[in-house]
Amino acid sequence: MSAEAIEPNRRDFLYIATGMAGVVGAASVAWPFIDQMQPDASTLALASVDVDVSSVTPGMSLIVKWRGKPVVVRNRTPKEIKEAQDVKLSELKDPIARNANLPSDAPATDANRTVKGQEAWLVMIQVCTHLGCIPLGQQGEFGGWFCPCHGSQYDPAGRIRKGPAPENMAIPKYEFKSKTSVTIG
Amino acid sequence: MSGFQHSTYTPKSGIGRWFDQRMPLPRLVYDSFVAYPVPRNLNYAYTFGGILSMMLVVQILTGVVLAMHYAANSGLAFDSVEHIMRDVNFGWLLRYIHANGASFFFIAVYVHIFRGLYYGSYKAPRELLWILGCIIYLLMMATAFMGYVLPWGQMSFWGATVITGFFSAIPVVGDWIQQLLIGGFAVGDPTLNRFFSLHYLLPFMIAGVVVLHVWALHVAGQTNPTGVDVKTKGDTVPFSPHATMKDGFAMVVFLFFFAYVVFYIPDYLGHADNYVQANPLKTPSEIVPEWYFLPFYAMLRAITFNIGPINSKLGGVLVMFGSIVLLFLVPWLDTSKVRSAVYRPWYKLFFWLFLADVVMLGWLGSKPPEGVYPTLALIGAIFYYAFFLIIMPVLGLIETPRKLPNSITEAVLQKKAGGSLAPAGATAAPETRS
Repeated sequence: MSAEAIEPNRRDFLYIATGMAGVVGAASVAWPFIDQMQPDASTLALASVDVDVSSVTPGMSLIVKWRGKPVVVRNRTPKEIKEAQDVKLSELKDPIARNANLPSDAPATDANRTVKGQEAWLVMIQVCTHLGCIPLGQQGEFGGWFCPCHGSQYDPAGRIRKGPAPENMAIPKYEFKSKTSVTIG
Repeated sequence: MSGFQHSTYTPKSGIGRWFDQRMPLPRLVYDSFVAYPVPRNLNYAYTFGGILSMMLVVQILTGVVLAMHYAANSGLAFDSVEHIMRDVNFGWLLRYIHANGASFFFIAVYVHIFRGLYYGSYKAPRELLWILGCIIYLLMMATAFMGYVLPWGQMSFWGATVITGFFSAIPVVGDWIQQLLIGGFAVGDPTLNRFFSLHYLLPFMIAGVVVLHVWALHVAGQTNPTGVDVKTKGDTVPFSPHATMKDGFAMVVFLFFFAYVVFYIPDYLGHADNYVQANPLKTPSEIVPEWYFLPFYAMLRAITFNIGPINSKLGGVLVMFGSIVLLFLVPWLDTSKVRSAVYRPWYKLFFWLFLADVVMLGWLGSKPPEGVYPTLALIGAIFYYAFFLIIMPVLGLIETPRKLPNSITEAVLQKKAGGSLAPAGATAAPETRS
C-alpha cells in the first residue's frame, strides 16, 4: 500500500464531519425524549409541605404525604428516645445517619436522626429501604417499625436493625418554623 | 435447507397472476403456510408456536377494545375498570379474556421454551431463532408487568413500586434511573400514563419480532423430536393440511381450557388485593407478583446476605436478571453435538430436574419469605444456575449419547413397528427405539 493512499483526503474529512454532525444531531434530538420521562415541574413543585404538629403529644404520630411518599412526624416518648440513645453504633447494620439535614457521612446516633433542638421529634420518610414498602409503626422486635413485605425491622430512631433492607430509613430536609409547625422539604 | 425451497406456487386465476407479477404476497403465504415442508414426526409439543401466535392476536384484539373504555389516570383508572366490568356491554367478558389471556400466553410460552430446551432447538443453525424468542419473552414480561399496573389496584401499585425499586439497587445512578422510569419520587399518575402508552406499544413490537422469529424458523427449518436433519423429501410433509390441522386441533383443545378459566374461575389466577384501589400510604400484608413471575421472584428473595461488596438487595436483583440472561447464552452453553434429549439419557434426567426446580421456585415465590423457604429458594437458585453453567457445558463433553437414527423416516418407521407388536411388543418398545 502506498503512503499516498493512507493520507486522508478531503472526502475522508467530509465523511467524518458528516458522521459527527449526525451523532451530535441524534443525541440532541434524543435528549428531549429521555428528559420528558423525568419528574415534571408539577411534581417538583410539591417540593415542600407545612405541617401543624400542635396536637401531636408524646407517643403520637402524624403521617403526611410528601412527594407521593408518606412522611411520619412522630413525637417520641422518653422511653423510646432512651432506648434509641442506648444503642451502640457498632450494633447498627447501617452506621450512617441518612439525614438530609446533616453531612452525608454523619454517624447514625439518635441525635443525628433528628434536628438540633427538637430531638424528641422524628421526621422520617416511612418507606422501607429494601423495595419501597410502607413499614408498620411501633411494631417489631425493636419497638420501631416493621416491614410486612420482607420482614425488615427498624428501631425507634428508624434505623435498620434486622432483615434485608440495606439502609436506615431516610430523613428528609425539614425545619421547625415554630414549636408547633414543621416544614418538610 | 428448507428455507430456500424452490417456489411451487402457480397462480390459477387472472387476478392471481396480476398480483403475482406486482406484489407476490399470495406466493409468500403459499410458500410459507401451504407448501412449506415440515418434518413428518412433529408431536403436539410443536403446536405451541401456533397457539402463541393465536394468543397474541387474542390479546391485541381484546386490548384494543378495552382501551376504548379505560381511563389512564390515577384518579379514574380503578373506577374505569369497574365500569368495564359492570356497564360496558360484554366488558366483563373482554376483560376476563384479556386478563386470563396473559396467563395462558405465559403457559404456552413456557411449554414452547421447555420444548426448545428438551429437543435442543437452539443449536446451530438456530441460535438467532432462539435469541429472537428470548427477546419476545422479555417483551412479553415487560408488557404483562405494565398491563398488571393499569387496573390501579393495591397489587398494581405495590408491584410497580417493588419492581421499579429493583433499579434503585444499581450503585450511583440507581435512584436517577428509578425516577426516570416512574416520572416522580413515587409511583403515581405519570407512571400509570407511561405504562399505558408502552403497554399499548409493546405487543406490536412483539408482533414485529415474531415476524423475524418465523422468518429465521423458515430459513433453518423446524427441528423435530429426533433432532436429525431433514435429508429427503420423504422426511417431510406439506404444512397444509398436516401442520395446519394439527395446530388447529391443538388450538381448540387449548381454547377449551382457556374458556373454562374465563367462564368459571376468572379470578383464580389473580389476587384479591387488586380489587382494592391503590393506596400509596398502605402496603398490602404480602406482595406477590403474577404466577408467571414467581420463579424469578423466589430467586430475587433468595439472596438475603451480602456477597463481598455487593449488598443483598443488588445481589438479589443481579441473580434475578442473570437468570434470564442465561437463556440468551444457551446455544453456546450446551456443548453436545446431539440435539434431542431423546438420545441424551443424562441430559434428559437433568432436564426434568431443572423443570422440577423451576416449578419448586415458583411455589416458593408464592410463600412468605420466612422459615425454611428462603433457604430452599437459595438451593433452587443455585441449581438453576448450575444447570446452565455447569451441567449443560460438562454433559456435552462427558455424556455418551444413544445411537441416532439415520433419518427421520427411519425413526418414524421403527416407532411404528414397535407399536404394532402389541401387546407383547409394548414392553419391548423402549429397546427397539434405541
